Amino acid sequence: MLIFILRRMAQSLLVLLVVGLVAFAMFRFVGDPIDNMLGQERTMEDIERLRDQLGLNEPFVVQYWNFLTNAVQGNFGISYRQGRPVAEIIAERLPATLELAAVSGAMAVIFGIGLGVFTAIRRNGFAAHAIMTISLIGVSLPTFLIGILLIYLFSVTLGWLPSFGRGEVVDLGGWTTGFLTSSGLKALILPSITLGLYQLTLIMRLVRAEMLEVLRQDYIRFARARGLKDRAINFRHALKNTLVPVITITGLQIGSIIAFAIITETVFQWPGVGLLFINAVQFVDIPVMAAYLMMISVMFVTINLIVDLLYFTIDPRLRADRGGSN
Amino acid sequence: MKLTSTLLAATALTSMVAMSANAETIRWARAGDSLTLDPHAQNEGPTHTLSHQIYEPLIIRDTSGAFQAALATDWAPSADDPNVWVFNLREGVTFHNGNAFTAEDVVFSINRAKSDDSNMKELLNSIVEVRAAGDYTVEFVTNGPNPILSANLTNLFMMDKDWTEENDTVKVQDTDGGEVTFATTNAMGTGPYQLVSREPDVRTVLSAYDGYWGKDMFPLDVTEIIYTPIQNAATRVAALLSGEVDFIQDVPVQDLERVASTDGLTVKTAPQNRVIFFGMNQGADDIEADNIEGANPLADVRVRRAMNMAINRDAIQQVVMRGQSQPAGMIAPPFVNGWTAEMDAESMTDIETAKSLMEEAGYGEGFSLRLDCPNDRYINDEAICQATVGMLAQIGVTVNLDAKPKAQHFPLITNGQTDFYMLGWGVPTYDSEYVFNFLVHGREESIGTWNNTGYDNDALDAMIVSLASNTDLDARNADIAAIWREVQDQQIYLPVHHQVLNWGMSDAVGTEVSPEDDPKFKFFTMN
Repeated sequence: MLIFILRRMAQSLLVLLVVGLVAFAMFRFVGDPIDNMLGQERTMEDIERLRDQLGLNEPFVVQYWNFLTNAVQGNFGISYRQGRPVAEIIAERLPATLELAAVSGAMAVIFGIGLGVFTAIRRNGFAAHAIMTISLIGVSLPTFLIGILLIYLFSVTLGWLPSFGRGEVVDLGGWTTGFLTSSGLKALILPSITLGLYQLTLIMRLVRAEMLEVLRQDYIRFARARGLKDRAINFRHALKNTLVPVITITGLQIGSIIAFAIITETVFQWPGVGLLFINAVQFVDIPVMAAYLMMISVMFVTINLIVDLLYFTIDPRLRADRGGSN
Repeated sequence: MKLTSTLLAATALTSMVAMSANAETIRWARAGDSLTLDPHAQNEGPTHTLSHQIYEPLIIRDTSGAFQAALATDWAPSADDPNVWVFNLREGVTFHNGNAFTAEDVVFSINRAKSDDSNMKELLNSIVEVRAAGDYTVEFVTNGPNPILSANLTNLFMMDKDWTEENDTVKVQDTDGGEVTFATTNAMGTGPYQLVSREPDVRTVLSAYDGYWGKDMFPLDVTEIIYTPIQNAATRVAALLSGEVDFIQDVPVQDLERVASTDGLTVKTAPQNRVIFFGMNQGADDIEADNIEGANPLADVRVRRAMNMAINRDAIQQVVMRGQSQPAGMIAPPFVNGWTAEMDAESMTDIETAKSLMEEAGYGEGFSLRLDCPNDRYINDEAICQATVGMLAQIGVTVNLDAKPKAQHFPLITNGQTDFYMLGWGVPTYDSEYVFNFLVHGREESIGTWNNTGYDNDALDAMIVSLASNTDLDARNADIAAIWREVQDQQIYLPVHHQVLNWGMSDAVGTEVSPEDDPKFKFFTMN
């Protein structure tokens, strides 16, 4: 087990380095930050001086090396756009994104599994059909449109929920939370639905398909023949056996909820790292883009590792195999 | 007993009503946030707009664009020396920390803004020395008579010398050096509002400064400002429609009707200080963006005139801009010194004449050309370019449109890598000299820096340079007119339109639209 984790971590490090290299190779194509940093009255001399100071005249490999050597020492540089340390800015913005991701992820898992099981058991019922049809909206409508529709319905027409921002937040020693105020909780509703809807429908459809598959198996029939209660059959035997693929997908999706909250954060002006990133791309704020991409790849790698470890706890066969080979 | 408590309750109620009448909060949203609180670090619209609430320059422009005394009460060239401007300062002004504002602060601030890391330094190029002549008089020594010096000072903010030195933030924000300065995240001005809190890109709160010198001179109805950038246009409009904000800038043209027709909301419109136009590389012998080998069709003035005649500005105004633009014939907004109605009306659509001009120039068969266009900088920029593609096709010019984000588009102009491009230009000094300096003078290290056309006329360059020190205003204006005549005759650029600004607000908010797109809340009324 320890060897497995260590090997995985070595692989992760390699992935990180490659991601960084690709990122720095790409930055040149995003544009040039100089015109954003100097006003329109800039002289050619100002431009050259700033390019030199920022190291933009260096080959990208050298720029990457400089970034890495500083990053290892915990220095991610100064944002070109805000003139403040990147690490500080990201730390400020991360709680917003993580809280949003947590709420929409929890929503997607709870409702996804619940509705998936329901539609599998009552697969011919009217409600199940209705849910399946509505879920098509979740997978087919773009996030942007869902967000705007929700805003027009719940903010503009009904006036129930805020259309932008996080509401009032409470600062808990560096971590700002919206969970403790009513305006903060209200502000979470629309963005988390927008962000989690796709994942919700995905999990629901996956659970349903897996359940239908499992419910046809012999051991379920025998269980029924033994006279076990429906509840025990459905949840203890059937659901548990559907969970391995569901966990894989959920794990990967949680990664994308955090990494790709960009659109939802832009629509709702949610002050998280996604919005920070999109601003950085528009401004060509290289230090912020680099730090963000590194952070996201660390996160994906970690989530994959956790998912792998979870398999061991859910599927006893994996444990047995490993034990046997040792 | 009962009576007393009723009375007490009534008094409490009255005082509450009185309080709410005095305390008016305005919730304000626009697309972008200010980049920094340091007033000399960025020369950029949203940054200056926020600074204008907290800091003040010597002179400001009111909503009509006219000068208004701010920290200076009057100013004039010195009677003894034509190279010196004398500014008399307002007395009794205090910074938010109580420090008195004096000539020392002006000298300090101007020198700070002239330092290497300042983005404001180019506007102060002509200043050789600033000196205090008494506590409330400052003299600006220029490198020759400068008739329009004051126009360069309207976004030049005054800082408190003591505060800046105490907090070790004399050096202007220095992004590249990896330093974070105190003034980036803190502010200490003389302005009508003081900083309460700020989270960049999220929320900035300002409250009225009790000791403001202009308390009885301006409405100052707004006592608290909550500024939240909302990037997405649809969300910004939704926030106004749902009453979550009171005032927004940058209303998208397709939503104007919607906002204007909503009860309790108003849209106000005014021409912006920005002209949209196309530039053409006419200086090169051969260009890369066309399909003609060994020659440059854009070098022929007949081709440039033909292209100018092919652009149907009225159609762009009606279809692309939904009425929200003013067709332009010259690259200067109407309030700029040197603008004339005749020249601004000179661009007329005439396809037949255009075709015969193309024939005459030897390009009757037409040619193809790449157009570089931004897609996130000006209002409907990409759509304007698309419309232009269709219009130029009518005279045989096949245009391949290459639209990109601004971060990729502007370097093309800076580095001379485009032969046909869109650009927008504002004139912060309200004088044509500014336009000539950047767009008409031949490209050099520090002048003509945005002139990517290759147009370079030594005689004209000399005339442009002489404008800076010509104190005979009539002669100077005659020169300006002559330079414009040449620009128009040579068709150096293809002007498209003057951009129009839209501010959306609740009916309670009273203000005119400022052509600089910089609301100054001390002028706002609330009811």
